[in-house]
Amino acid sequence: MDIGTLIRDIFLDYTLRTVVLGSVILGITSGVLGCFALLRRQSMLGDALSHAALPGICIAFLLAGENKSPFVLLMGAAAAAWIGAIIITVITRSTRIKEDAAMGVVLVSFFGFGYVILSLLQSSAGAGQAGLDKYLFGRASSMLQSDVETMVLLSAISLGLVVAFFKEFKLLAFNPEYLRTIGFSFRRIDILLTTLIVISIVIGLQTVGVVLMSAMLTAPAAAARQWTNKLSHMIVIAAGIGAVSGALGAVISASAQRVPTGPTIVIALTLITLFSLAFGSARGLVWTLVRTSRTRSAIQHHTLAVPDIEPVSGGD
Amino acid sequence: MTASVDTTAAISVNDLTLAYREKPVLWDIDLAVPRGSLMAVVGPNGAGKSTLIKAILGLLKPASGTIRVYGKPYQEQRRLVAYVPQRGTVDWDFPTDALDVVLMGSYGRLGWVRRPTKSDRDAAMECLGKVGMASFADRQISQLSGGQQQRVFLARALLQNADIYLMDEPFVGVDATTEHAILTLMRELQSQGKTLVVVHHDLETVSEYFDSVAILNVQLIAAGPMNTTFTADNLRQAYGPRVASKIAFLKP
Repeated sequence: MDIGTLIRDIFLDYTLRTVVLGSVILGITSGVLGCFALLRRQSMLGDALSHAALPGICIAFLLAGENKSPFVLLMGAAAAAWIGAIIITVITRSTRIKEDAAMGVVLVSFFGFGYVILSLLQSSAGAGQAGLDKYLFGRASSMLQSDVETMVLLSAISLGLVVAFFKEFKLLAFNPEYLRTIGFSFRRIDILLTTLIVISIVIGLQTVGVVLMSAMLTAPAAAARQWTNKLSHMIVIAAGIGAVSGALGAVISASAQRVPTGPTIVIALTLITLFSLAFGSARGLVWTLVRTSRTRSAIQHHTLAVPDIEPVSGGD
Repeated sequence: MTASVDTTAAISVNDLTLAYREKPVLWDIDLAVPRGSLMAVVGPNGAGKSTLIKAILGLLKPASGTIRVYGKPYQEQRRLVAYVPQRGTVDWDFPTDALDVVLMGSYGRLGWVRRPTKSDRDAAMECLGKVGMASFADRQISQLSGGQQQRVFLARALLQNADIYLMDEPFVGVDATTEHAILTLMRELQSQGKTLVVVHHDLETVSEYFDSVAILNVQLIAAGPMNTTFTADNLRQAYGPRVASKIAFLKP
Protein backbone atom coordinates (compact mmCIF):
# COMPACT_ATOMS: atom_id res chain seq x y z
CA MET A 1 0.00 0.00 0.00
CA ASP A 2 1.53 3.33 -0.99
CA ILE A 3 1.44 6.47 1.11
CA GLY A 4 -1.23 8.18 -0.95
CA THR A 5 -3.64 5.29 -0.60
CA LEU A 6 -2.85 5.09 3.08
CA ILE A 7 -3.60 8.74 3.74
CA ARG A 8 -6.84 8.47 1.75
CA ASP A 9 -7.81 5.38 3.71
CA ILE A 10 -7.29 7.10 7.05
CA PHE A 11 -10.03 9.52 6.11
CA LEU A 12 -12.25 7.26 4.04
CA ASP A 13 -11.73 3.66 5.13
CA TYR A 14 -14.10 2.98 7.98
CA THR A 15 -11.99 0.41 9.82
CA LEU A 16 -8.71 2.24 9.52
CA ARG A 17 -10.24 5.57 10.51
CA THR A 18 -11.81 3.99 13.57
CA VAL A 19 -8.58 2.28 14.62
CA VAL A 20 -6.44 5.38 14.11
CA LEU A 21 -8.86 7.62 15.96
CA GLY A 22 -9.19 5.17 18.85
CA SER A 23 -5.42 4.77 19.15
CA VAL A 24 -4.82 8.53 19.05
CA ILE A 25 -7.39 9.16 21.77
CA LEU A 26 -5.85 6.43 23.89
CA GLY A 27 -2.38 7.94 23.38
CA ILE A 28 -3.50 11.41 24.41
CA THR A 29 -5.42 10.31 27.51
CA SER A 30 -2.84 7.91 28.86
CA GLY A 31 -0.03 10.34 28.01
CA VAL A 32 -1.62 13.08 30.12
CA LEU A 33 -2.53 10.92 33.12
CA GLY A 34 0.75 9.03 32.97
CA CYS A 35 2.58 12.29 33.76
CA PHE A 36 1.01 12.44 37.21
CA ALA A 37 1.57 8.73 37.83
CA LEU A 38 5.24 9.10 36.86
CA LEU A 39 5.80 12.16 39.04
CA ARG A 40 4.16 10.43 41.99
CA ARG A 41 6.57 7.52 41.44
CA GLN A 42 3.56 5.34 40.76
CA SER A 43 4.55 4.11 37.31
CA MET A 44 3.75 0.62 38.50
CA LEU A 45 0.17 1.65 39.32
CA GLY A 46 -0.93 1.61 35.68
CA ASP A 47 0.57 -1.85 35.26
CA ALA A 48 -1.14 -3.20 38.37
CA LEU A 49 -4.55 -1.70 37.57
CA SER A 50 -4.60 -2.74 33.91
CA HIS A 51 -3.76 -6.34 34.83
CA ALA A 52 -6.34 -6.13 37.60
CA ALA A 53 -8.97 -5.32 34.97
CA LEU A 54 -8.86 -8.82 33.44
CA PRO A 55 -11.03 -10.68 35.99
CA GLY A 56 -13.52 -7.79 35.75
CA ILE A 57 -13.91 -8.36 32.02
CA CYS A 58 -14.43 -12.09 32.50
CA ILE A 59 -16.90 -11.75 35.38
CA ALA A 60 -18.85 -9.13 33.47
CA PHE A 61 -19.00 -11.59 30.57
CA LEU A 62 -20.37 -14.29 32.86
CA LEU A 63 -22.97 -12.06 34.46
CA ALA A 64 -24.00 -10.06 31.42
CA GLY A 65 -26.45 -12.56 30.00
CA GLU A 66 -27.47 -11.64 26.48
CA ASN A 67 -25.94 -8.18 26.36
CA LYS A 68 -22.23 -8.91 26.07
CA SER A 69 -21.34 -5.58 24.46
CA PRO A 70 -17.83 -4.16 24.86
CA PHE A 71 -19.33 -1.42 27.02
CA VAL A 72 -20.58 -3.91 29.62
CA LEU A 73 -17.25 -5.77 29.63
CA LEU A 74 -15.33 -2.50 30.02
CA MET A 75 -17.53 -1.51 32.96
CA GLY A 76 -16.47 -4.79 34.54
CA ALA A 77 -12.85 -3.93 33.76
CA ALA A 78 -13.19 -0.52 35.40
CA ALA A 79 -14.82 -1.99 38.51
CA ALA A 80 -12.07 -4.61 38.94
CA ALA A 81 -9.27 -2.08 38.37
CA TRP A 82 -10.87 0.25 40.89
CA ILE A 83 -11.18 -2.53 43.48
CA GLY A 84 -7.51 -3.29 42.79
CA ALA A 85 -6.66 0.34 43.56
CA ILE A 86 -8.60 0.19 46.84
CA ILE A 87 -6.82 -3.01 47.85
CA ILE A 88 -3.43 -1.40 47.12
CA THR A 89 -4.38 1.54 49.37
CA VAL A 90 -5.68 -0.72 52.15
CA ILE A 91 -2.55 -2.92 52.08
CA THR A 92 -0.25 0.11 52.13
CA ARG A 93 -2.12 1.79 54.97
CA SER A 94 -2.73 -1.14 57.25
CA THR A 95 0.40 -3.26 56.86
CA ARG A 96 4.11 -2.63 56.66
CA ILE A 97 4.14 -3.67 53.01
CA LYS A 98 5.34 -0.85 50.78
CA GLU A 99 3.27 0.51 47.92
CA ASP A 100 5.30 -1.09 45.12
CA ALA A 101 5.01 -4.52 46.72
CA ALA A 102 1.26 -4.00 47.25
CA MET A 103 0.93 -3.15 43.56
CA GLY A 104 2.84 -6.29 42.66
CA VAL A 105 0.54 -8.40 44.83
CA VAL A 106 -2.58 -6.94 43.23
CA LEU A 107 -1.13 -7.30 39.73
CA VAL A 108 -0.30 -11.01 39.95
CA SER A 109 -3.27 -12.10 42.03
CA PHE A 110 -5.90 -10.32 39.92
CA PHE A 111 -4.26 -11.24 36.63
CA GLY A 112 -3.79 -14.87 37.67
CA PHE A 113 -7.39 -15.11 38.78
CA GLY A 114 -8.58 -13.40 35.62
CA TYR A 115 -6.53 -15.68 33.41
CA VAL A 116 -7.97 -18.79 35.05
CA ILE A 117 -11.55 -17.60 34.41
CA LEU A 118 -10.58 -16.62 30.89
CA SER A 119 -9.19 -20.09 30.15
CA LEU A 120 -12.30 -21.76 31.57
CA LEU A 121 -14.52 -19.49 29.50
CA GLN A 122 -12.47 -20.05 26.35
CA SER A 123 -12.94 -23.80 26.60
CA SER A 124 -16.67 -23.40 26.93
CA ALA A 125 -18.74 -22.35 23.97
CA GLY A 126 -19.53 -18.72 23.29
CA ALA A 127 -16.58 -16.97 24.85
CA GLY A 128 -14.43 -17.62 21.82
CA GLN A 129 -16.92 -15.76 19.72
CA ALA A 130 -16.90 -12.80 22.06
CA GLY A 131 -13.13 -12.78 21.64
CA LEU A 132 -12.32 -12.29 25.28
CA ASP A 133 -8.67 -13.08 24.59
CA LYS A 134 -8.45 -9.85 22.60
CA TYR A 135 -8.30 -7.96 25.87
CA LEU A 136 -4.93 -9.51 26.64
CA PHE A 137 -3.03 -7.78 23.84
CA GLY A 138 -5.82 -5.74 22.31
CA ARG A 139 -7.43 -6.11 18.93
CA ALA A 140 -7.93 -2.66 17.55
CA SER A 141 -9.50 -3.89 14.33
CA SER A 142 -12.50 -5.11 16.30
CA MET A 143 -13.33 -1.54 17.39
CA LEU A 144 -16.58 -0.09 16.16
CA GLN A 145 -17.49 3.51 15.57
CA SER A 146 -19.66 3.37 18.71
CA ASP A 147 -16.66 2.19 20.77
CA VAL A 148 -14.65 5.14 19.55
CA GLU A 149 -17.50 7.48 20.40
CA THR A 150 -17.47 6.13 23.96
CA MET A 151 -13.69 6.58 24.08
CA VAL A 152 -13.98 10.18 22.90
CA LEU A 153 -16.54 10.93 25.59
CA LEU A 154 -14.51 9.29 28.39
CA SER A 155 -11.35 10.99 27.21
CA ALA A 156 -13.01 14.42 27.05
CA ILE A 157 -14.35 14.03 30.60
CA SER A 158 -10.94 12.90 31.89
CA LEU A 159 -9.00 15.69 30.21
CA GLY A 160 -11.57 18.25 31.35
CA LEU A 161 -11.13 17.11 34.95
CA VAL A 162 -7.33 17.25 34.62
CA VAL A 163 -7.60 20.85 33.44
CA ALA A 164 -10.02 21.73 36.25
CA PHE A 165 -7.99 20.07 39.01
CA PHE A 166 -4.57 20.82 37.55
CA LYS A 167 -3.28 22.68 40.59
CA GLU A 168 -4.59 20.05 43.01
CA PHE A 169 -3.00 17.21 41.02
CA LYS A 170 0.27 19.13 40.77
CA LEU A 171 0.46 19.69 44.51
CA LEU A 172 -0.59 16.08 45.17
CA ALA A 173 2.40 14.95 43.13
CA PHE A 174 4.89 17.50 44.48
CA ASN A 175 4.07 17.84 48.19
CA PRO A 176 1.05 15.86 49.43
CA GLU A 177 1.67 16.64 53.09
CA TYR A 178 1.58 20.38 52.47
CA LEU A 179 -1.56 19.89 50.38
CA ARG A 180 -3.28 18.49 53.45
CA THR A 181 -2.16 21.31 55.74
CA ILE A 182 -3.80 23.94 53.52
CA GLY A 183 -7.17 22.24 53.68
CA PHE A 184 -7.39 19.89 50.71
CA SER A 185 -8.49 16.31 51.14
CA PHE A 186 -5.60 14.08 50.07
CA ARG A 187 -7.94 11.13 49.76
CA ARG A 188 -10.43 12.85 47.48
CA ILE A 189 -7.77 14.09 45.07
CA ASP A 190 -6.01 10.73 45.16
CA ILE A 191 -9.26 8.87 44.40
CA LEU A 192 -10.11 11.27 41.58
CA LEU A 193 -6.69 10.88 39.96
CA THR A 194 -6.74 7.09 40.35
CA THR A 195 -10.23 6.97 38.83
CA LEU A 196 -9.01 8.95 35.84
CA ILE A 197 -6.10 6.52 35.43
CA VAL A 198 -8.61 3.64 35.51
CA ILE A 199 -10.63 5.40 32.81
CA SER A 200 -7.56 5.76 30.62
CA ILE A 201 -6.88 2.04 31.10
CA VAL A 202 -10.44 1.22 30.06
CA ILE A 203 -9.95 3.33 26.96
CA GLY A 204 -6.87 1.31 26.09
CA LEU A 205 -8.09 -2.23 26.74
CA GLN A 206 -9.55 -2.81 23.28
CA THR A 207 -6.53 -1.32 21.52
CA VAL A 208 -3.45 -2.46 23.43
CA GLY A 209 -4.88 -4.80 26.05
CA VAL A 210 -4.15 -5.35 29.73
CA VAL A 211 -0.59 -6.60 29.31
CA LEU A 212 0.88 -3.65 27.40
CA MET A 213 -1.33 -0.88 28.74
CA SER A 214 1.18 0.30 31.33
CA ALA A 215 3.57 1.29 28.52
CA MET A 216 0.95 3.80 27.33
CA LEU A 217 0.91 5.42 30.76
CA THR A 218 4.60 5.38 31.56
CA ALA A 219 6.52 5.86 28.33
CA PRO A 220 4.99 9.11 26.97
CA ALA A 221 5.49 10.78 30.36
CA ALA A 222 9.06 9.55 30.69
CA ALA A 223 9.83 10.70 27.15
CA ALA A 224 8.17 14.10 27.61
CA ARG A 225 10.14 14.76 30.80
CA GLN A 226 13.33 14.74 28.69
CA TRP A 227 12.17 17.75 26.69
CA THR A 228 10.99 20.17 29.36
CA ASN A 229 11.23 21.29 32.98
CA LYS A 230 7.68 22.60 33.15
CA LEU A 231 4.76 20.40 34.12
CA SER A 232 2.17 21.91 31.76
CA HIS A 233 4.55 21.53 28.82
CA MET A 234 5.39 17.99 29.89
CA ILE A 235 1.70 17.06 29.82
CA VAL A 236 1.14 18.54 26.35
CA ILE A 237 4.27 16.83 24.97
CA ALA A 238 3.27 13.49 26.54
CA ALA A 239 -0.17 13.80 24.94
CA GLY A 240 1.51 14.51 21.59
CA ILE A 241 3.89 11.57 21.89
CA GLY A 242 0.99 9.29 22.85
CA ALA A 243 -1.05 10.50 19.89
CA VAL A 244 1.77 10.11 17.36
CA SER A 245 2.61 6.62 18.64
CA GLY A 246 -1.05 5.63 18.46
CA ALA A 247 -1.42 6.90 14.90
CA LEU A 248 1.88 5.36 13.75
CA GLY A 249 1.12 1.99 15.28
CA ALA A 250 -2.37 1.90 13.85
CA VAL A 251 -1.26 2.89 10.35
CA ILE A 252 1.74 0.54 10.26
CA SER A 253 -0.26 -2.44 11.43
CA ALA A 254 -2.98 -1.64 8.91
CA SER A 255 -0.55 -1.46 6.01
CA ALA A 256 1.18 -4.75 6.79
CA GLN A 257 -0.34 -8.19 6.96
CA ARG A 258 -0.92 -9.75 10.37
CA VAL A 259 0.88 -7.09 12.38
CA PRO A 260 -1.09 -6.50 15.59
CA THR A 261 -1.98 -2.90 16.41
CA GLY A 262 -1.35 -2.77 20.17
CA PRO A 263 2.21 -4.13 20.16
CA THR A 264 3.03 -1.96 17.12
CA ILE A 265 1.87 1.14 18.97
CA VAL A 266 4.05 0.15 21.92
CA ILE A 267 7.07 -0.38 19.65
CA ALA A 268 6.56 3.05 18.05
CA LEU A 269 6.27 4.54 21.53
CA THR A 270 9.41 2.77 22.70
CA LEU A 271 11.43 4.17 19.78
CA ILE A 272 10.21 7.72 20.49
CA THR A 273 11.06 7.24 24.16
CA LEU A 274 14.57 5.97 23.41
CA PHE A 275 15.12 8.91 21.07
CA SER A 276 13.92 11.31 23.78
CA LEU A 277 16.17 9.77 26.42
CA ALA A 278 19.13 10.29 24.11
CA PHE A 279 18.33 13.64 22.52
CA GLY A 280 15.76 15.31 24.79
CA SER A 281 16.55 19.02 25.01
CA ALA A 282 16.06 19.35 28.78
CA ARG A 283 17.90 16.32 30.08
CA GLY A 284 18.71 14.00 27.18
CA LEU A 285 21.89 11.95 27.61
CA VAL A 286 23.67 13.32 24.54
CA TRP A 287 23.32 16.99 25.45
CA THR A 288 24.30 16.25 29.03
CA LEU A 289 27.47 14.53 27.81
CA VAL A 290 28.23 17.36 25.37
CA ARG A 291 27.82 19.99 28.09
CA THR A 292 29.98 18.04 30.53
CA SER A 293 32.80 17.48 28.06
CA ARG A 294 32.70 21.13 26.93
CA THR A 295 33.08 22.28 30.51
CA ARG A 296 35.90 19.79 31.06
CA SER A 297 37.88 20.89 28.05
CA ALA A 298 37.28 24.54 28.90
CA ILE A 299 38.74 23.91 32.34
CA GLN A 300 41.70 22.03 30.88
CA HIS A 301 42.42 24.81 28.40
CA HIS A 302 41.89 27.48 31.03
CA THR A 303 39.30 29.19 28.86
CA LEU A 304 36.52 28.88 31.38
CA ALA A 305 35.53 32.19 32.89
CA VAL A 306 35.98 32.22 36.63
CA PRO A 307 32.45 31.79 37.95
CA ASP A 308 30.91 34.72 39.74
CA ILE A 309 30.99 33.75 43.36
CA GLU A 310 27.39 33.83 44.21
CA PRO A 311 26.99 34.52 47.91
CA VAL A 312 23.82 32.51 48.29
CA SER A 313 24.80 29.21 46.70
CA GLY A 314 26.59 26.20 48.06
CA GLY A 315 23.97 25.20 50.57
CA ASP A 316 24.82 21.56 50.72
CA MET B 1 0.92 23.68 83.53
CA THR B 2 -2.67 23.45 82.39
CA ALA B 3 -2.74 24.88 78.90
CA SER B 4 -6.51 24.54 78.59
CA VAL B 5 -7.11 27.60 80.75
CA ASP B 6 -4.39 29.61 79.03
CA THR B 7 -6.52 31.77 76.76
CA THR B 8 -3.55 33.69 75.41
CA ALA B 9 -1.94 30.60 73.89
CA ALA B 10 -1.57 30.51 70.11
CA ILE B 11 -1.23 26.75 70.30
CA SER B 12 -2.22 24.59 73.23
CA VAL B 13 -1.48 20.89 73.42
CA ASN B 14 -3.15 18.83 76.15
CA ASP B 15 -2.28 15.29 77.22
CA LEU B 16 -1.10 14.50 73.70
CA THR B 17 0.01 10.92 73.16
CA LEU B 18 0.83 9.67 69.70
CA ALA B 19 2.10 6.28 68.58
CA TYR B 20 3.39 4.75 65.36
CA ARG B 21 1.92 1.27 65.59
CA GLU B 22 2.87 0.01 69.06
CA LYS B 23 5.67 2.47 69.74
CA PRO B 24 4.78 5.75 71.44
CA VAL B 25 6.61 8.70 69.86
CA LEU B 26 4.99 11.40 71.97
CA TRP B 27 3.90 10.70 75.51
CA ASP B 28 1.49 12.87 77.47
CA ILE B 29 2.60 16.22 76.13
CA ASP B 30 1.22 19.42 77.66
CA LEU B 31 2.46 22.52 75.90
CA ALA B 32 1.22 26.07 75.54
CA VAL B 33 2.84 28.30 72.95
CA PRO B 34 2.12 31.93 73.94
CA ARG B 35 1.14 34.37 71.21
CA GLY B 36 4.06 36.19 69.68
CA SER B 37 6.70 33.75 70.83
CA LEU B 38 9.65 32.57 68.82
CA MET B 39 10.00 29.07 70.12
CA ALA B 40 12.57 26.41 69.33
CA VAL B 41 11.69 22.73 69.65
CA VAL B 42 14.83 20.77 70.50
CA GLY B 43 15.57 17.18 71.41
CA PRO B 44 17.65 14.20 70.29
CA ASN B 45 16.95 12.19 67.13
CA GLY B 46 13.67 10.33 67.40
CA ALA B 47 12.45 12.66 70.16
CA GLY B 48 9.25 13.34 68.22
CA LYS B 49 9.97 16.96 67.20
CA SER B 50 8.63 16.65 63.66
CA THR B 51 5.84 14.43 64.93
CA LEU B 52 4.71 17.19 67.29
CA ILE B 53 4.60 19.70 64.42
CA LYS B 54 2.70 17.27 62.22
CA ALA B 55 0.25 16.50 65.01
CA ILE B 56 -0.47 20.23 65.43
CA LEU B 57 -1.11 20.42 61.66
CA GLY B 58 -3.55 17.53 61.84
CA LEU B 59 -1.33 15.36 59.62
CA LEU B 60 -1.04 12.67 62.30
CA LYS B 61 -3.85 11.42 64.44
CA PRO B 62 -3.19 11.45 68.20
CA ALA B 63 -3.91 8.33 70.24
CA SER B 64 -5.26 10.66 72.88
CA GLY B 65 -5.26 14.30 73.86
CA THR B 66 -6.32 17.51 72.17
CA ILE B 67 -4.60 20.22 70.19
CA ARG B 68 -6.06 23.70 69.82
CA VAL B 69 -5.06 26.67 67.71
CA TYR B 70 -6.40 29.85 69.27
CA GLY B 71 -8.79 27.64 71.21
CA LYS B 72 -10.20 25.78 68.20
CA PRO B 73 -9.29 22.61 66.25
CA TYR B 74 -6.73 23.02 63.48
CA GLN B 75 -9.23 22.34 60.70
CA GLU B 76 -11.16 25.48 61.64
CA GLN B 77 -8.03 27.59 61.93
CA ARG B 78 -5.86 26.34 59.10
CA ARG B 79 -5.88 29.70 57.31
CA LEU B 80 -3.99 31.08 60.32
CA VAL B 81 -1.21 28.51 60.13
CA ALA B 82 1.62 28.13 57.62
CA TYR B 83 3.85 25.06 57.46
CA VAL B 84 7.43 24.92 56.24
CA PRO B 85 8.23 21.22 55.80
CA GLN B 86 11.70 19.73 55.87
CA ARG B 87 13.39 20.42 52.58
CA GLY B 88 14.25 16.74 52.09
CA THR B 89 10.63 15.60 52.07
CA VAL B 90 9.94 16.60 48.46
CA ASP B 91 11.45 15.67 45.12
CA TRP B 92 13.27 18.79 43.92
CA ASP B 93 13.57 17.22 40.49
CA PHE B 94 9.88 18.00 39.98
CA PRO B 95 9.27 19.88 36.70
CA THR B 96 8.51 23.35 38.02
CA ASP B 97 10.19 26.65 38.88
CA ALA B 98 10.68 28.63 42.08
CA LEU B 99 7.80 31.06 41.53
CA ASP B 100 5.39 28.19 40.91
CA VAL B 101 6.33 26.55 44.22
CA VAL B 102 5.78 29.85 46.05
CA LEU B 103 2.40 30.21 44.34
CA MET B 104 1.31 26.96 46.02
CA GLY B 105 1.02 29.14 49.11
CA SER B 106 -2.09 30.69 47.53
CA TYR B 107 -3.85 27.37 46.87
CA GLY B 108 -5.39 27.10 50.33
CA ARG B 109 -7.06 30.48 50.06
CA LEU B 110 -8.14 29.83 46.47
CA GLY B 111 -9.76 26.51 47.33
CA TRP B 112 -10.82 23.88 44.80
CA VAL B 113 -10.39 24.45 41.05
CA ARG B 114 -9.74 28.23 41.13
CA ARG B 115 -6.40 29.27 39.63
CA PRO B 116 -3.88 31.80 40.95
CA THR B 117 -4.38 35.22 39.35
CA LYS B 118 -2.00 37.97 38.30
CA SER B 119 -2.24 39.51 41.76
CA ASP B 120 -1.34 36.15 43.34
CA ARG B 121 1.72 36.04 41.10
CA ASP B 122 2.69 39.56 42.11
CA ALA B 123 2.30 38.65 45.78
CA ALA B 124 4.39 35.52 45.23
CA MET B 125 7.13 37.59 43.57
CA GLU B 126 7.08 39.91 46.55
CA CYS B 127 7.53 36.95 48.91
CA LEU B 128 10.45 35.68 46.80
CA GLY B 129 11.93 39.15 47.14
CA LYS B 130 11.59 39.03 50.93
CA VAL B 131 13.82 35.95 51.02
CA GLY B 132 16.28 37.43 48.53
CA MET B 133 15.27 35.13 45.70
CA ALA B 134 13.49 37.49 43.28
CA SER B 135 16.03 36.87 40.53
CA PHE B 136 15.50 33.11 40.74
CA ALA B 137 11.75 33.15 40.04
CA ASP B 138 11.92 31.17 36.80
CA ARG B 139 14.74 28.87 37.86
CA GLN B 140 14.01 25.14 37.69
CA ILE B 141 13.92 24.08 41.35
CA SER B 142 16.52 21.30 41.01
CA GLN B 143 19.01 23.96 39.94
CA LEU B 144 18.72 25.80 43.24
CA SER B 145 21.14 25.18 46.09
CA GLY B 146 19.84 23.66 49.32
CA GLY B 147 19.68 27.05 50.99
CA GLN B 148 17.82 28.56 48.05
CA GLN B 149 15.31 25.71 48.09
CA GLN B 150 14.74 26.33 51.78
CA ARG B 151 14.09 30.02 51.11
CA VAL B 152 11.59 29.10 48.37
CA PHE B 153 9.71 27.03 50.95
CA LEU B 154 9.84 29.97 53.34
CA ALA B 155 8.48 32.32 50.67
CA ARG B 156 5.63 29.87 50.05
CA ALA B 157 4.71 30.03 53.75
CA LEU B 158 4.94 33.84 53.69
CA LEU B 159 2.43 33.97 50.84
CA GLN B 160 -0.09 32.26 53.13
CA ASN B 161 0.05 35.39 55.28
CA ALA B 162 -0.52 33.33 58.41
CA ASP B 163 -0.42 34.18 62.11
CA ILE B 164 1.41 31.05 63.16
CA TYR B 165 4.43 29.58 61.37
CA LEU B 166 5.47 25.99 61.99
CA MET B 167 8.91 25.23 60.57
CA ASP B 168 10.61 21.84 60.50
CA GLU B 169 14.41 22.13 60.59
CA PRO B 170 14.72 25.20 58.34
CA PHE B 171 18.39 25.65 59.20
CA VAL B 172 19.55 22.16 58.22
CA GLY B 173 22.10 22.09 55.41
CA VAL B 174 21.84 25.75 54.49
CA ASP B 175 24.59 28.26 53.76
CA ALA B 176 25.41 31.23 55.98
CA THR B 177 23.50 33.68 53.77
CA THR B 178 20.34 31.61 54.01
CA GLU B 179 20.76 31.13 57.74
CA HIS B 180 20.97 34.89 58.15
CA ALA B 181 18.01 35.47 55.82
CA ILE B 182 15.81 33.00 57.72
CA LEU B 183 16.78 34.48 61.06
CA THR B 184 16.06 38.05 59.94
CA LEU B 185 12.72 36.95 58.58
CA MET B 186 11.77 35.07 61.75
CA ARG B 187 12.50 38.14 63.84
CA GLU B 188 10.55 40.37 61.48
CA LEU B 189 7.56 38.05 61.68
CA GLN B 190 7.80 38.04 65.46
CA SER B 191 7.90 41.84 65.54
CA GLN B 192 4.62 41.78 63.60
CA GLY B 193 3.09 39.77 66.43
CA LYS B 194 3.25 36.39 64.70
CA THR B 195 3.97 33.16 66.52
CA LEU B 196 6.76 30.87 65.35
CA VAL B 197 7.50 27.30 66.38
CA VAL B 198 10.70 26.00 64.84
CA VAL B 199 12.25 22.54 65.10
CA HIS B 200 15.94 23.20 65.61
CA HIS B 201 18.92 20.88 65.99
CA ASP B 202 21.85 23.16 66.74
CA LEU B 203 21.99 23.60 70.51
CA GLU B 204 24.69 26.27 70.29
CA THR B 205 22.48 28.74 68.45
CA VAL B 206 19.21 28.07 70.29
CA SER B 207 19.51 30.79 72.91
CA GLU B 208 20.79 33.28 70.35
CA TYR B 209 18.03 32.71 67.78
CA PHE B 210 14.95 32.07 69.93
CA ASP B 211 13.24 33.56 72.96
CA SER B 212 11.65 30.38 74.25
CA VAL B 213 12.26 26.67 73.95
CA ALA B 214 10.52 23.32 74.29
CA ILE B 215 12.85 20.47 75.17
CA LEU B 216 11.47 17.16 74.05
CA ASN B 217 12.33 13.51 74.24
CA VAL B 218 9.09 11.60 73.69
CA GLN B 219 7.95 13.35 76.84
CA LEU B 220 8.16 17.09 77.25
CA ILE B 221 11.12 17.72 79.52
CA ALA B 222 10.57 21.45 79.88
CA ALA B 223 9.11 24.40 78.02
CA GLY B 224 9.19 28.12 78.63
CA PRO B 225 11.34 31.24 78.41
CA MET B 226 14.91 30.67 77.25
CA ASN B 227 16.81 31.76 80.37
CA THR B 228 14.88 29.59 82.81
CA THR B 229 14.28 26.60 80.56
CA PHE B 230 17.42 26.12 78.48
CA THR B 231 19.51 24.76 81.32
CA ALA B 232 22.17 22.09 81.47
CA ASP B 233 19.94 20.04 83.77
CA ASN B 234 17.02 19.99 81.37
CA LEU B 235 19.23 19.22 78.40
CA ARG B 236 20.92 16.37 80.24
CA GLN B 237 17.49 14.93 80.98
CA ALA B 238 16.58 15.04 77.30
CA TYR B 239 19.87 14.03 75.70
CA GLY B 240 21.47 11.91 78.39
CA PRO B 241 24.91 12.46 79.99
CA ARG B 242 26.72 12.46 76.64
CA VAL B 243 25.37 15.92 75.88
CA ALA B 244 27.90 17.46 78.28
CA SER B 245 30.42 18.28 75.56
CA LYS B 246 27.74 19.78 73.35
CA ILE B 247 26.53 22.17 76.01
CA ALA B 248 29.87 23.17 77.47
CA PHE B 249 29.01 26.69 76.33
CA LEU B 250 26.25 26.84 78.92
CA LYS B 251 27.34 28.28 82.24
CA PRO B 252 26.68 25.62 84.88
